[in-house]
Parts: sequence; structure tokens; C-alpha cells
Amino acid sequence: MAELSFREALNQAIAEEMERDPRVFILGEEVAEYDGAYKVTQGLLKRFGPQRVLDTPISETGFTGLGIGAAMTGLRPIVEMMTFNFSFVAFDQIVNNAAKLRYMSGGQVSIPMVIRGPNGAAHMLGAQHSHSVEAIYGHIPGLKVCIPSTPKDAKGLLKSAIRDENPVLVLESEMLYSLRGEVPDGEYLIPLGKGEIIHDGGDVTIVTLGKMRYVALEAAKELASEHNIQAEVIDLRSVRPMDEQIVLDSVRKTNRCVVVEENWPFCGIGAQITYLLQHEAFDSLDAPVERVTSRDVPMPYADNLERLVLPRKEHVIDAVRKVLYL
Amino acid sequence: MPLDADTLRRFYREMLLCRRFEEKAAQSYGQEKIHGFCHLYIGQEAVAVGSILAGRPDDYVIATYREHAHALVKGCDPGAVMAELYGKGTGVSKGFGGSMHLFNAEKRMMGGHGIVGGHSALAIGMAFSSRYKKEDSVTFCYLGDAAVNQGAFHESLNLAALWKLPVIFIVENNLYGMGTAASRAIAGDIIKRGEMYGIPSEVVDGMDIFAMYDASKRAVDRARADGTPSFLEARCYRFRGHSMSDPGNYRTKEEVAREQARDPIELLRKHMLEQNIEPEAWFKALDKEIRAIVQKAADFADQSPEPDLSLIDAFVYT
Repeated sequence: MAELSFREALNQAIAEEMERDPRVFILGEEVAEYDGAYKVTQGLLKRFGPQRVLDTPISETGFTGLGIGAAMTGLRPIVEMMTFNFSFVAFDQIVNNAAKLRYMSGGQVSIPMVIRGPNGAAHMLGAQHSHSVEAIYGHIPGLKVCIPSTPKDAKGLLKSAIRDENPVLVLESEMLYSLRGEVPDGEYLIPLGKGEIIHDGGDVTIVTLGKMRYVALEAAKELASEHNIQAEVIDLRSVRPMDEQIVLDSVRKTNRCVVVEENWPFCGIGAQITYLLQHEAFDSLDAPVERVTSRDVPMPYADNLERLVLPRKEHVIDAVRKVLYL
Repeated sequence: MPLDADTLRRFYREMLLCRRFEEKAAQSYGQEKIHGFCHLYIGQEAVAVGSILAGRPDDYVIATYREHAHALVKGCDPGAVMAELYGKGTGVSKGFGGSMHLFNAEKRMMGGHGIVGGHSALAIGMAFSSRYKKEDSVTFCYLGDAAVNQGAFHESLNLAALWKLPVIFIVENNLYGMGTAASRAIAGDIIKRGEMYGIPSEVVDGMDIFAMYDASKRAVDRARADGTPSFLEARCYRFRGHSMSDPGNYRTKEEVAREQARDPIELLRKHMLEQNIEPEAWFKALDKEIRAIVQKAADFADQSPEPDLSLIDAFVYT
């Protein structure tokens, strides 16, 4: 086991896959000569050359479409979004092309492509630079969406995404890039669509994803130490396909569920999980499912306002107490 | 260099196939055998035929939703194209695409696309692929005149020029984006939109198959030689409405009649007669043969089964 930062783990994943498969290349804004806006692609230009590590103009529609066209014809592009906020400029390419071409060609073309970059709020970046996109893109058949929250998951999920035959969005986080953690030595993959239990408990299930993992864990620790409530925390890791089984198994044991996510509440991931539970585990539920989400507003700039919008440990503890009727 | 007689015969045959195919499609639409949107190519045949035949089978074609002809010229079976229009399981896209999304990856017909301008970004990706794999295939990207106002179009031209990608953008300027005259939608000259990116750009008479073929050949040669992209504005005219539901009230009868007098198929026929390449009887016999092919295509579509319901989820993911 080596201890790596989140960005180093991603860098290793990209480098290993480029080494393994000459069809893999990476393009995006500042990925080459600048070594990556967040240094995820550091050293790749030097190692793989300008044919495979390409700086693009600020032109998300153009270079995302270019990636899709390259994937249609046998290459395996990794498109870096400097942040996923900018993916909305390429929304037509992602939704109308990446997600649809296989289907509307009757299976004749595939889009083995990764679109990756930071997602969600960082700190005081304002309304246009703080989107969580997992619910938006998770909605769309034809796309896969994963959201790693540890260096280990980042490497394993990104490698799986690069090897997948479908378009996969890998949602990273600016706030996590410097986070360090144990990463297994040698080759390993973390499959898309598999969640993980990251905290054991039998009283309540907390389902979370992305960097909300850390909010949920913090809450789980305090629930145990201060309230004697043992929470089972699940990091979904993928949005689509979603590991429904891990959620159902847990809730059938705990009978209560809180979903913690950075998305807005309306049509969010929690809404989907709530539907799943009432449909598949209705008789197991001892309380209505609670959701902890971002507040239903565009992200404000000021520090105190931003903190009011994002899910916090206290919200999770309150929600857990609510499903336990405390 | 003058073209040999066989090339002219091929031009004529392909254009006539496109024309008769579309006439049959219109008839089938009237009989409610074809539904949805159906955009006919009648009048513009010289553009697709003159350009695609200037390339090779391993060149890529990607087009708009007015792409029945491009698929046919690229070698798709007329029966499979018609079956796709009918929504049948034997269609080129197995009934999952429809009139606007004709795919045959083996023939490198990379689809008709329904979002104006959006596919130009795919085209540069396909051209990038050729260069990356060190193949000398080129990509033909067809667009309507209305696409030149879309962001995707400009981003694609910029990247194609910047990275020297072997792609040929062919704007089929039929003077109208649906019902809006190009003069009401496009500021300045279309051709300048290629020139401003430093891309070799040419205005071509899209009703003249010789001009279309020559300009395309030059573009293909440039692209194969060193990846230089090209931009062709093919001035043409669609004789029918935008789609089957469009009576075309925004155009005068005089204008349509004037353009129909420049029918690209008729122009070539006159040339071939004048040059004694083929007699009248040859054209009659060919028309009979093509009509039979198109009828067979329609019969095939008619008799084909709808897509198997069990396939509904099959192509979402691999």
C-alpha cells in the first residue's frame, strides 16, 4: 500500500491505462503544457507526447464532440472538463450524441469514452462554478456516472471507466484532490455500479456519495459517541448503474434511511432512493426516508450563505434522529 | 481532366437512384407507411453524389437529417434505407434511428444527425481518429446553411484548422433554414466563415455535378496529402418543402420554377446526350431499372417485420 493524494491516484490511473492501450488519449483545457488546472495530468505530456495529451481551446462543445467522434471510430478518449460546470456548454454533445449514438445506430457504434473533472461546490466560487451534476447526468440512459471519494476509489473507478465500452462520467472534487489515502500497489479495478459500506451500524442506514461521504462519516461518528446510535454508512460510488442491492440489504436490516447528497432536492438522488425503498422495501421501513441535500437555491457567494446551502453534519444528525423518532 | 464516360454514367445512375428513392418515400409517406419527420433531398442530388464519389469507400460520411441520399451513395442497400424510414427491424439502424439517423458503420456512413450543427464536432473527431491511426481516410461532413450560425459549427472549424484535421465541411446552401431565408438568418457571406479560420474555402455550384466533383476532389487531395481541412459552400436548391409537412409557402412559384430549370439530373442528361455518351434509349432503360430497384426497396420495407420488441433495451449500453 502506498499513500497517494486523490490527484496522484487519478494521474496513475490515466498513465497506466495510456501505457496499456495506445488508443487511450486525453484532451482538455490546460491538460498538457500547463500540467492540468488541478495538476491531475501532471507529467503526462512529457511521458506520452503531444499526439496523446492535447491542450484544447476553451471550446467544450468542440472538444467533447471531437472525443465522441473519435470514440465512434475506435479510439478511447478521456475528455477533461476543467470543472463539470463547463460541461453544460457541451450538454448537447453529451446528451444527444454520447448517450444516444449507440442506441439510434442500432448498436453499430459504441462510445468508449470518459468525461472527467471536478464536480460540486468548492469554496466561495459562486453560482456558476458550484454545480453538482450527478443527478442531472444520472437521469440519462446511455451514460454511466461514478463519483469517487477516496484516492483508492478514484484510481480504481477511473481505470474501470477508461476500459468501459460506454460513455462514463467520472465526477471528482476540487476539495478532495489533495486528500491522501492508501492505494493498493499494483493493478486493481473498482467496478462501476458497486457501492461500499464505509461505517458499520444497525440502527439506521445513511446513503451518501461523493464528498458528502465525509459529512456522513462525521455524523456517524458523533451519532455513535454522543447519541449511542450506530449508523451504517454506504458510499454509492456510482450513480448509474446504481448499487440498489447494497441499499436494500442495509435498510432491510436497519429499517430506516437517510440519504445525504450535494444535489438539489428536486428530482435528486435521494428522491430516486426513496422511490426504490418504498417500492422494494416498504414493509421494512419504520419511518419515512429523510433526505439531506443542498438548499434549493443557486449557490450564493458569501461564506456564511454558502455554509447555509451545503449539507452539514448537524443536518445529518437531525435527519437520523427524525427517522428514529427522537 | 475530362471525366470518362463510365464516371458520368455512375453520376447519373446515383443521382437518379436518389431522386426516385425520394419520390417513392414521399409516396409512402402519403400512404402513411412512413411517419415522423421525413426530409427529402430532391434537387440537391449533385451535392451528395459529386462529393462522395470524389472520395473512397473508407472515407467517412456524416450528415444532417436530410441524408437519405448520402446513405444511398455511400453504398447502403436501398431496401435497408427504406425499411429504416418505415421503422422496420431490417432497416439500416434496425428501426432504432429512423429517417434522420441512418447508420451503416461498415460502409462508414456515420449517421444522419438531428441537431443542426451538432454533428460537425463528431466529424472532427472522426478526422482526428484517421490522423491518430495514421490512416489517410478523410471525413465528409454535410451541413445545411442554417448550421453556420451554430456554435458547434464554429468550434469545429476552429479545431479542424488548428489541428489540421482531414475533414471536408460541405454546407449545402439551399437558401432556406426550414422556412427562414438565409438572407434573414445569416449575416455576411457563408464562405467567409470558412475563410476566417484559414481553411481553403470554395463556393461551388451545387446543381452542377462536374463542379461539385472537381471541388470535392481538390478538397480530398488536400486532406489526404497533409490533413488540410476544406470548406465548400454548395449552392443548391431543394425542390420540395423542408419536410413532408411543409407546403413551402415562403417561396414564390417563379423562384421554384427557375431553380427547377437547373435540375442537376436534367443538366447531366443533356450533357451526356450532347456529347453522344448515351442515347435517349439508355436513359429510358436506366430509369426503368432504377424504378424497379426502388419499388423492390419499398416492397422489402413493406414486407419486413417491425423491430423485435425484445431489443428495446439492447442498445443502451454494450
